[in-house]
Amino acid sequence: MNYKMIMKILAPLLAIEAGFMLPGMFIAIAQHQSHVVHAYLQSLIVIGIAAGLLWFFSRDARKGFYAREGLVTTGVAWIVLSVLGCLPFYFSGAIPRYIDALFEMVSGFTTTGSSILNNVEAMPDGLLYWRSFSHWLGGMGVLVFLMAIVPLSGKNEGFTLHILRAESPGPSVGKLVPRMKKTAMILYYIYIGLTVLDFVLLLLGGMPVFDAFCTAVGTAGTGGFGIKNDSMAGYSPYLQNVTTVFMFLFGVNFSCYYLLLLKRFKDVFRDTELRVYGGMIAASIIAISLNIRGLYPTIGETIRHAAFQVGTVMSTSGFATTDFDKWPEFSKAILLMLMLGGACAGSTGGGFKIARIVLLVKELRRSVHENLHPKEVRRIRMNGANVDEKVIRNLNGYLIAYVGIMVISYLVISLDGFSMQTNISAVFATFNNIGPGFDAVGPTCNFYAYSTLSKAVLIFNMLAGRLEIFPMLVLFSRSNWERR
Amino acid sequence: MKILIAGGGKVGSELTAKLSAEGHEITLIDSSADVLESVMENFDIIAVQGNAASMEVLEEAGVRDADLLIAATDADEVNLLSCLTGHGMNPDLHTIGRIRNHEYRHQAYEMREVFGLNMAINPEREAAVEISRLLKYPGFLNIETFANGIVEIVSLKIDSSSPLNNISLKKLNSIIHCQVLVCAVQREGQCLIPDGNFVLKANDIIYVTASTNNLSTLLKNLGIITRKVKHVLIAGGGRISYYLARELEATGLNVSIIEQDADRCEELASLLPNATIVIGDASSQEFLDREGVEKYDAMVNLTGLDELNIVMALYARARNVPQVVTKLSHAEHNKILETLPIGSVVSPKELSCNTIVRYVRAMQNSAGAARSVHMIANGQGEAIEFMVTENDLHIGEPLRTLKIRKDVLIASISHGIRTEIASGNSSYDVGDIIVLVSNGKDAIRNLNDIFTD
Repeated sequence: MNYKMIMKILAPLLAIEAGFMLPGMFIAIAQHQSHVVHAYLQSLIVIGIAAGLLWFFSRDARKGFYAREGLVTTGVAWIVLSVLGCLPFYFSGAIPRYIDALFEMVSGFTTTGSSILNNVEAMPDGLLYWRSFSHWLGGMGVLVFLMAIVPLSGKNEGFTLHILRAESPGPSVGKLVPRMKKTAMILYYIYIGLTVLDFVLLLLGGMPVFDAFCTAVGTAGTGGFGIKNDSMAGYSPYLQNVTTVFMFLFGVNFSCYYLLLLKRFKDVFRDTELRVYGGMIAASIIAISLNIRGLYPTIGETIRHAAFQVGTVMSTSGFATTDFDKWPEFSKAILLMLMLGGACAGSTGGGFKIARIVLLVKELRRSVHENLHPKEVRRIRMNGANVDEKVIRNLNGYLIAYVGIMVISYLVISLDGFSMQTNISAVFATFNNIGPGFDAVGPTCNFYAYSTLSKAVLIFNMLAGRLEIFPMLVLFSRSNWERR
Repeated sequence: MKILIAGGGKVGSELTAKLSAEGHEITLIDSSADVLESVMENFDIIAVQGNAASMEVLEEAGVRDADLLIAATDADEVNLLSCLTGHGMNPDLHTIGRIRNHEYRHQAYEMREVFGLNMAINPEREAAVEISRLLKYPGFLNIETFANGIVEIVSLKIDSSSPLNNISLKKLNSIIHCQVLVCAVQREGQCLIPDGNFVLKANDIIYVTASTNNLSTLLKNLGIITRKVKHVLIAGGGRISYYLARELEATGLNVSIIEQDADRCEELASLLPNATIVIGDASSQEFLDREGVEKYDAMVNLTGLDELNIVMALYARARNVPQVVTKLSHAEHNKILETLPIGSVVSPKELSCNTIVRYVRAMQNSAGAARSVHMIANGQGEAIEFMVTENDLHIGEPLRTLKIRKDVLIASISHGIRTEIASGNSSYDVGDIIVLVSNGKDAIRNLNDIFTD
């Protein structure tokens, strides 16, 4: 393991984090909240020292960097960013307990949106900025951002691919263009472009600038931290609809947008994952609208709430316009199913990913078929291309890890004595990076009541869910740390 | 530039390494997912799986906005078809195809427009040409020619008994009694650009430029025998052996080829009527003794196994064969092999890669800066040839007044047919050809890049 090279990548990463904290401090200065300014200054000093030490000890780094280092770098980077990123919350006293601050930060970076805050509106704007903006940073990935602006050079320059694969969601991650730097830049251009568009549309709807910014970055990362106690419920129907549309848009694979830029419309419309995504959205909205009819005065409002809630769960954002915990059981069941599905591979959303579900269904069909025709040779195809058997094998491993982590997490947090629905939905909501669950962790409630142990488990779940399990699991695998 | 490379074999992956390091955007096409995966691990490139001659695969690889297609798969036919298809899809595309089978040699050249081929590369033939050049100038490890053949940079190994051992370069000319310039030194796998205080050591490989007369004086004064080669023994009867025998016979040398496979011997005998073809195992020392290996002026080891070639070279050296040339297909081992007395080393892969890299640089320099670029010291350094134009700085000023990058050395200046080995008093004019040597990582795209001011 090349520890020094990993440190060498972590140092600029912390610098980036510190850089994006600065606006939060400026907001606090403008609003004369000296305790927040001090909290930021202290945090920046700690981060600065950490980055300096990392840089100092990694000056003579050897350049070998392989798949193992890629996975470990990603896992460690996200932990370090969260551990240091939550300091402003803690130092300012806005969140008095460190584990709660860490929970809030991890929830931000992993674009989960689960909160431990009872009263969001009491939080100073300077901290709200950092809380929401962490969604945006975590959505596309901080390491991808690093690759877009800094030329990471190693002996084997292809190593950046391992980082992209470890940090970007989806079963088979690839580059868009030969150069990693350019790939990362294209992804961020699309990301920034869509975010700005969302921001402008929200402003046009009369939303205050700060609210519009926080909502836009929260939607872009499919995060879902609201800055109001009632999340999005207090905003006008127009603002809710804009957010619905953008939640769906950010749940789409970004390579689809790249193909649109290249004017390859046919490839986009033939994309299996996109079609399934669209189909699931439409079917869920219709089913829920029929189920909850009568709860709201007009059909329009019914559909608006149904669409918003489907969007928030499917794209794994986590905003809410209504307390869907009060909906009939059938609608809640649909939302619970959608929680598992998640967004498209290569989007900023979390969850199991539609692409994986499509592949699993195809594999199931093949297994059934092979039982009937044992001699027949069949390849699994997606979008007209053969899927490598290795991808299928990884997928099975992923499924086992996915289910296994959920079962164990559920078991551990059950110690706290909440209802079964609360616990199951809490695990679902954090592991799939959604945000709110049902019952005691529903849209109007929060995760504050859980014990420290449960919070630690849920923090692990959020990180494992965002990084697609393996970068986190390798950190706990003994063979990874043995000297060889 | 956007470059497609078809085939991730020896040449394909070496080219990927070199061209990617020069900042080009590479798309590699190969039919094996494993090959692609391992190349992707190492280089910042994109990979496409499939048959490089198929339209869909080329389309997916982005041939329509690519600048160059290099077809280096195992099969000549696929390479030709790939270039043909690529050129059909994008008329502005430059194509380089590897054509190894000598039966296609003529059509690959004469019908190149039909195939849409800008350059055909034959690694085996290039290796044969290189070997025959080495045999003509015995004593040197390598020879690179510049400025239409008037300037030569030769490489020479210093052993512990050499008079040059422990000599600083300032005293060099007084020891060998002629004017030469050491432009690069390869030591422990690194390429160094020396100055006057540089002290030569045993096992250094030096790159020397001098006029042709001075080069033979150098060899004579250094006590390196320059017996003219007349009889050449070739071990192995592959493609290189065939090309080499043809090349050598054309200049009137006697060639014997040892080949194990009886059918191949028959084939060679019919292709090469003047050569002596012997069936036998060249790895058997007893057999080599029986063939009288010590009576040959040169032995060339061209079997398909690097290890065998090395062992045979060592044996030939032990038998006092004056000139030994060894083919190695995996040149990566070079750093270790430098310490063994195996004579000149030729790597077909390196040679064809260098030719292609030279082509790519020439494409990039369509403004006409570098005329040619040669790799030296296992690719650690490069010798670059420039024609001086009006836009270049410091025309007519003596070199000693110029501020030149530390990793660059001007080796020679050719005014028309007269070539001058660069010294502090030399200067250049518009139209002169300058050869310079560099070990820097920063590419030198035009002459002005070498100045620090």
